[in-house]
Amino acid sequence: MSELLTHPGESGSEDLTPEAKAAAHSRRSFLFKLSLVLNAAVGTVLAVPLVGYLLGPAMKRSTSAGAWITIGSVDDFPVGETRLVDFNSPAARLGDGETAKVACWVRRVSAQQFQVFAINCAHLGCPVRWFAQSKLFMCPCHGGAYYEDGSRASGPPERGLFEYRYKIAGNSLTIHAGDMPTLATQASCSKKTKPLTQIQNASDSHETEAS
Amino acid sequence: MADAKKRIVDAGLKGYAWLEHRLGLIKPMMDAAAHPTPANNASWMYVFGSAATVLLVLQVVTGILLALVYSPSAGEAWGSLNLLNHNIALGWYLRALHGWGSDFMIAIVILHMVQVFLFGAYKFPRELTWIVGVLLLLLTLGMAFTGQVMRFDQDAYWGLGIGASISSRVPIIGAPLVHLVLGGPIIGGATLSRFFTLHVFVIPGLLLAGVGVHVFMVLRHGVSDWPMPGRIVTKATYEREYHELTAKTGIPFVPDAAWKDAVFAAAILFAVMACAFFFGPFGPGGQPDPTIIQTAPKPDFAFLWIYAVLAFLPPSIETPFMLVVPVLGIAFLLLLPVFSAEGERHWARRPVAVLMVSVIAVSLGIFTRLGTYTPWSPIMEAWTADAVPAKYLHNRTPLERQGAMVLQDKQCRNCHSLDGAGGQRGPALDAIAAHMTEDQIIRQVLQGGGNMPAYGNALNPSETKALVAFLVTLRGHDLTPAQDASRTLANTSQVLKPASPAQPAPTPSSQVTP
Repeated sequence: MSELLTHPGESGSEDLTPEAKAAAHSRRSFLFKLSLVLNAAVGTVLAVPLVGYLLGPAMKRSTSAGAWITIGSVDDFPVGETRLVDFNSPAARLGDGETAKVACWVRRVSAQQFQVFAINCAHLGCPVRWFAQSKLFMCPCHGGAYYEDGSRASGPPERGLFEYRYKIAGNSLTIHAGDMPTLATQASCSKKTKPLTQIQNASDSHETEAS
Repeated sequence: MADAKKRIVDAGLKGYAWLEHRLGLIKPMMDAAAHPTPANNASWMYVFGSAATVLLVLQVVTGILLALVYSPSAGEAWGSLNLLNHNIALGWYLRALHGWGSDFMIAIVILHMVQVFLFGAYKFPRELTWIVGVLLLLLTLGMAFTGQVMRFDQDAYWGLGIGASISSRVPIIGAPLVHLVLGGPIIGGATLSRFFTLHVFVIPGLLLAGVGVHVFMVLRHGVSDWPMPGRIVTKATYEREYHELTAKTGIPFVPDAAWKDAVFAAAILFAVMACAFFFGPFGPGGQPDPTIIQTAPKPDFAFLWIYAVLAFLPPSIETPFMLVVPVLGIAFLLLLPVFSAEGERHWARRPVAVLMVSVIAVSLGIFTRLGTYTPWSPIMEAWTADAVPAKYLHNRTPLERQGAMVLQDKQCRNCHSLDGAGGQRGPALDAIAAHMTEDQIIRQVLQGGGNMPAYGNALNPSETKALVAFLVTLRGHDLTPAQDASRTLANTSQVLKPASPAQPAPTPSSQVTP
């Protein structure tokens, strides 16, 4: 670093008394400090919209993305059966491609009563599959299982399947869809607040001796 | 002739002098490269850091080349990967180099870390070098995760779903965090764009800057000397001792020590090229269409152990575990040199350090191994793909055979194996009747429990009877049937006689016919 030029005032500053040093620097150092303050102010004004842009997706209320969407005619769903339905997410945007598509499981309980389940497992969001013979939804990722009414049967999920709100308008089945259903963003799916944990009591799970 | 040669050399030297007078960087860099280093660290154990740097350069170069073709759009990414694989000349090889390069880089970075840890090289005055190194490891893993998203296939899609689901478990800010991760309410174009930004701009920028700082500090403090048992690091004496050692035994890093780094780096590059050439690129798998649910998503190799751990956590402690343990683990790594900056460096005098490395390595190995065959997942096709072995149907009554049909039809095989085929979520059923009595089997099937769903609603009484009739015939190699001791007692008390040898004693279960 010695090859670099030294400041004219710097080399001799050792010899100056503190008062003389202060006198030599006061005006320039004040202006420099002022310029720092000025830049801090400008930087803040610049940063606010940048941070706002960055956090934009997080600022939206989770329900604002949702909309009612018709997923088919009531007659498509025989009573007592559970069927897979595809629809285009009302939250889809330009460039989403095939990821804009969403699937859900529709169970017709009776003539006027439905259950519409998200395919996303309540554990970590993998797609659950319906097995009509054993009346179970099974998850391929970590082995979560749910009964036909969506309640937790076994495995790591801490609650039952997420449910969409639905309406029957005339002959068409309409659901309220938007957010990808997760433990935090289920609000837009289901109006009723289920307890977050439906964990099986350890005492009733009488472990079998089988190995 | 000699005159002409001399003139060319002179011209070259003059050109160098012109450039260096203006640039001023060449001589300092040559001096830095040739800095003296203690002869005892010119070792094959000290080659991992430079190899990781070489792999980083490979990743940057291949990444830039892939970006010439890759389209970071949710609608086109998968197609552009297939274009690279099949239509662009050598596109498959570039993808393979980048993919294998990433796996090798993670492996080498971890080896580097283990070596530095076991050699106590993170101690004074190199604490900050270690801390920056931990951040570099995290950035490398960040590159691996975001890179897995770039391969925008089914695994990438559902991997993002897993990431969003984990984010959603954060208290209070869960929902905003999910939206921030996904760039919107669903996994889509915005999600891929932000992971592309992270993978291509943000993390590589931090990674390159971090490597610069890391290497600068290595030069500033010198490469750590080979640890000796009993040679204690103290803040008061270490630097003087290190300088004395360097003065006494020092050799120039380039070329006397660096040739081993160069040879190892070349070997690693060759290994990456060989893997890329013989094994080819990773995927892409199925197209990222969330309505195609016939898929069993799985993360890349480096994250399989996390995938496995998430299968074993009980639901009640899963969320706290997911959110707290990573923070503690990273904090431990970052603060390690602050709390053990002095003392013994040699592994022979640090049994806890050796034990920690061994336990962590074995655990990661086991969980990764489990992650490769996911015994906790039901096998979705087993009920139609894996027939009941014929030997279990010989000499069975019609009712028992009907039970075998029920076993298949009710998807029991998705979780239970027979003769090695089927799911491993639940216990194998080959010898189930030797472990459980008929009553226990009925109870277990109808009411579930112990991680088994209840089948009371899915089975009618005749199906249950047939199924149980079949299950009680499954006794492995003719093991003794499980008995209810209380029932035996009840029956004998009916006779009102002391236990006499009139009744043949049940065969002890240890007498197993092989």
